[in-house]
Amino acid sequence: MPENKTSLGREVTKGIIKENPTLVMLLGMCPTLAVTTQAMNGIGMGLATTFVLLGSNIVISALRKVIPDKVRIPAFIVIIASFVTLIGFLLEGFVPSLYESLGIYLTLITVNCIIFGRAEMFASKNGILASAADAIGMGIGFTLALFTMGSVREIIGSGSWMGISIPVIHDNPMLLFIMPAGGFFTLGMIIAIVNKLANKKPPQEIECGGCEGCPMADKCGGKEAAE
Amino acid sequence: MKALMVILLSAMLTDNFVLSKFMGICPFLGVSKKLDSASGMGIAVTFVMICATAVTYPIHHAVLVPNGLEYFDTVVFILVIALFVQLVETALKKTIPSLYKSLGVYLPLITTNCAVLGVTVLNIDNSYSFVQSIVNSFGAGLGFMLALVIFSGVRKKMEYADIPETFKGVPATLIAASIVSVSFMGFSGLFS
Repeated sequence: MPENKTSLGREVTKGIIKENPTLVMLLGMCPTLAVTTQAMNGIGMGLATTFVLLGSNIVISALRKVIPDKVRIPAFIVIIASFVTLIGFLLEGFVPSLYESLGIYLTLITVNCIIFGRAEMFASKNGILASAADAIGMGIGFTLALFTMGSVREIIGSGSWMGISIPVIHDNPMLLFIMPAGGFFTLGMIIAIVNKLANKKPPQEIECGGCEGCPMADKCGGKEAAE
Repeated sequence: MKALMVILLSAMLTDNFVLSKFMGICPFLGVSKKLDSASGMGIAVTFVMICATAVTYPIHHAVLVPNGLEYFDTVVFILVIALFVQLVETALKKTIPSLYKSLGVYLPLITTNCAVLGVTVLNIDNSYSFVQSIVNSFGAGLGFMLALVIFSGVRKKMEYADIPETFKGVPATLIAASIVSVSFMGFSGLFS
């Protein structure tokens, strides 16, 4: 079923760029700002969140007909919190260093708006496969955003990247960037850049005559859906 | 008494939940446009924080620890918080409908406000006593309110500023938040 495949692909890719949870939909700002003092922490947090998102989306989607509408929010919260407890144990057992550096923010994945938002907006209305695809896409989008944030802050703030020190900057790092203020600033700048790029898109779409050869063809889907 | 004051002030100023621990950013960005909704949200969050701590602390120490179930903390705490948010929502709807209206969608979001879950978990992690926990929650709530109120003033000024198109909205707000955060850095080292 090629049709089914493309729609699954679309569920995955939409989370990465068009509906990027952090940079476009502005969800899950707390972990984005808090753990991104290093690129590595960003990846770790992103992957942990992806795991929870994937698990909760699959379970919620599977149970969507069983859970009564009135108690859905507490039910979702319990499911999400269980997965967070699970990933906490896994990280503590296998990657204790990451567990230490994420600290309380690992517990706080429970209240990450992205996970709750996807459960409410997507998983409770769609099938298991589509929900899993959605979770993977959103997770990758979130991880990429965190990684970008982490890279910028680590390079400027501590003069290294993924733990490797960078010659010139390493001698005089701008400490402010790994402090809270730098987090707000970096995120503001990145969102401004994304806005700038996104604002340029509409005229391109008008100029474009068809979907053939358009690099965004698999991501837009609006035209296909309309036909 | 002095130790309690230190906990209160450090939760409020040096370790401000919003500006240095990054908890509760969503309501911080969402509700801080107007002074009255900012202070209303601050009061609601403070109230939920204190109530949630008053309930989760005994549950943790009297029920979960003796049975070796500490790992259920997250699940139990978040349910207690959800319950209290529901309570506050119902109470506000009946007593102050205007505030209920202006808080709008952000009220149910207190459940997913990381600051509330954060403070209950931090109280346990720091092995505070019951009184210390309550004081810490109170300080965290006041700090949250302080940040929201200060920021609502900053945003009011920003409405008249001529901001480049690309920076309008969230980017400008975040950069302003960064500057407010710098001012809070001035408190660091106050109690060390």
